[in-house]
Amino acid sequence: MKQTSKKSTWMTLLFVAALLAVVVILENVLDPNKNIMVFTALKKGAVYALVAVSMNLLNGFTGLFSLGQAGFMLLGAYTYAIMTIPAAQRDAVYYIYNGSAINFSLPELFGGGPVGLVLGVIAALILGGCVAAVVAWLIGLPVLRLKSDYLAIATLGFGEIIRAVFQWDKLGPVTNGANALKSFPTFSNFNIQNAGGETVLRLSTFMAFLLAGVCIAVIVLLINSTYGRAFKAIRDDEVAAEAMGINLSRHKRLAFVISSFFAGVGGGMFAMFANQAQAKTFTTAMTYEILLIVVIGGIGSVSGSCIAAFLYVAASEWWLRFLDAETFIGGVKVPLLRNGFRMVVFSVVIMIVVLFFRKGIMGDKELPDRFNRRRKEGAAK
Amino acid sequence: MSENVLKVENVTMQFGGVVAVDNLNLEVNKGEIVALIGPNGAGKTTAFNVITGVYQPTNGAVWFQGEKIVENHPQGKMKQQYKGEHAGDYPQVLAPTPDKVTRLGMARTFQNIRLWKSQTVFDNVLIAKHCRATSNVFTATFRLNRKEEAQQRENVLELLETVGLADVKDELATSLPYGKQRRLEIARALAAEPQLLLLDEPAAGMNPQETEELTSFIGGIRDRFHLTVFLIEHHMNLVMKISERIYVLDFGKLIAKGTPAEIQNDKRVIDAYLGVSEDA
Repeated sequence: MKQTSKKSTWMTLLFVAALLAVVVILENVLDPNKNIMVFTALKKGAVYALVAVSMNLLNGFTGLFSLGQAGFMLLGAYTYAIMTIPAAQRDAVYYIYNGSAINFSLPELFGGGPVGLVLGVIAALILGGCVAAVVAWLIGLPVLRLKSDYLAIATLGFGEIIRAVFQWDKLGPVTNGANALKSFPTFSNFNIQNAGGETVLRLSTFMAFLLAGVCIAVIVLLINSTYGRAFKAIRDDEVAAEAMGINLSRHKRLAFVISSFFAGVGGGMFAMFANQAQAKTFTTAMTYEILLIVVIGGIGSVSGSCIAAFLYVAASEWWLRFLDAETFIGGVKVPLLRNGFRMVVFSVVIMIVVLFFRKGIMGDKELPDRFNRRRKEGAAK
Repeated sequence: MSENVLKVENVTMQFGGVVAVDNLNLEVNKGEIVALIGPNGAGKTTAFNVITGVYQPTNGAVWFQGEKIVENHPQGKMKQQYKGEHAGDYPQVLAPTPDKVTRLGMARTFQNIRLWKSQTVFDNVLIAKHCRATSNVFTATFRLNRKEEAQQRENVLELLETVGLADVKDELATSLPYGKQRRLEIARALAAEPQLLLLDEPAAGMNPQETEELTSFIGGIRDRFHLTVFLIEHHMNLVMKISERIYVLDFGKLIAKGTPAEIQNDKRVIDAYLGVSEDA
C-alpha cells in the first residue's frame, strides 16, 4: 500500500512537471498576440484553480460553508499592488490623492532587476496572504461559532464590508479609493527580454502555473497530513471529532486562516493577471464563480477543483465567445447570437453539468485514485 | 483502598425544571470494569456526557486521576430553579471541552455509532491519534514529523491487529458489518491512548453471539492496555459477566450499588429495572 502511494506521488510530480513544460513550450511556440484567449484562459484558470482549491479546503475538507473568498482575494490583491507599485509610478497612480502614503516598493527594496522582481513579487504575494490570514483570524473569532448557512451569510457580509471599506475615500492615499491600482509588476514582466527589448523567452503563463502549482502542492500536503485528517474528521462528524480529542475551535480557525492565506495569495495573482487591482471586481459574484468551480469539480477533490477551474474559465472566456458576436452565414443573420447570449448558453451548460454529474466531475476522489482504480480493474480482468 | 481513577461527586444535571441526574456519586477504581445500568431515560448517557465534558453539570464535581476536572454550581436563572442538594459546595467553575477531557486520558464510544463515514477503517483510527501528535501545522505539512507519523501508522496497524480488524483496514468504515463497526469505535477510542475507557451501550443492537464475543473482547483489552472501563449497558448477561461493580440509576437517582450478585438480589433494582423472570 505504501509503495503504491509513493508511486502515485511520483506520478503526480511527473505529471505536474510535464504540464509546466507543455505550458512553456506552448507559450513560446504559439504567437501570444494571435492567441490571446488561450493564454488569458490559462492564466486566469491557474489563478482560479488556486482560489478554488483554497475554498475547497474550507468547504470540502473541513465542512465550513464560507463565502468570503472574494473578500480575502481583495485583501491579497490590494496588499500585493500597494507593495509593488514602483516608487516612480506612484504619483501617476494616486494622482487624485496627490501621491501615495506608502513610498517604497518591494521589488526595488530587493535591489531591482530580475532578482529583485522575483523576490519582491513573491514577498508581496506572501504578505498579501498574511494580511488575509490575519484578518481571517480576527473575523474567525466571532464568526466560526456559527454553523453552515449562518456562517455562509456572515462571511458573505464580511466580503461586502471589506469591498466597501477599500473604496472609502478617506483611505485614498493607501487604497486609491474607488480607482484602480495599476503599474505594478504583472505576469508579463516575467517574460525575458534581450538587450534590444525583444522577448526571448516568454514565461508569463508559466509563472502563473508555477505559483499556483506550488501553493496547491502545499495545500495537498496539508490535506494529507495529520491536520488534514483532523479537518476531514470535523467535516464527517463534529461530535465524534471533539470526543476524540480534536479541539474544534482551534482546528476550524486553522482551516479558515490557511484557506484565507491562499485566497489572499490567489488575489495577488489575480491582480497580476488583470494588470490592475480594483475593489469593485471582487464582488460576491466572484465568490459564486469560485463556489461553482468547487461544486462542478467535486466538493472534497483538489484535482476536481483544478480541472473545473480551467474548464470554467475556458468556457466562459474563450470557447463560447463566438456566441456574443452577430454572425452572418451566407448573408443570413444567425438568430439569437448577440451580445450577452454567451452567458445564457453558459448557464444552461452549467445546469446540464450539475444535473448529470451530481457529485461534480471527480466526486470526492482525486485524479491518481481514478487511475489506480482503473489499473486495479484491469488487473482483475 | 485502591486508587480511584474517576470520581463523580454530588453531580446534579438539571435541564430547565427537569432533573436528569440527581446528586450522583460514584467511583471507579484503577483496573476495574464498572457498569452503570438503569431503565431508559434514567440519565445514564447524561451522566456520561457530564463526565466527558459534553454537558456542564448544574452542580457538583468530577475528579479524574486525583485531579478535579469539572466543577460547577447553579448560576443565573438556575439559582432559583435548582432542585438538587449541595448548592454552594462548589464555588469554582471548571468546564473543559470534550477534546480536553480526552487528552487528559478519557476516551469514549457512542450509543449510536459515530464513525467518520467517508474515511477508511485505518484512517478512522489514525485520526484519533491526532490528539497525541506533537507536530504543529507547519512541521506536519512539510513532513518534518515523518518519524512521528510512521510511529503513529505502525501503532494503528498494531492496534487494528489486536482488535482483529487488520484485514479490513482499507475498507470504508461504514461498509463494515455492525458488530465490527462497534469494535472499530472501541479501537478508535483506544488510539487516543486513554487510561479510562467509557463505553456507551457497546452491545446495543448485537445478537447473543456478538455480545458474547464483545464480552471477552472488553475483558481482553482491559488486561492488554491496562485500562479502567466504565460502561453503560442493557445486556444483563454482559454486565453481570464482566463488571466488578455495578451502579444502578433510576429517574436520575442512584438506587443501588454493589457487586453483580448483590445487584441481582436487590429488591429495588428488581422492581425498577431487572424484573422477575417468569419461572421464578
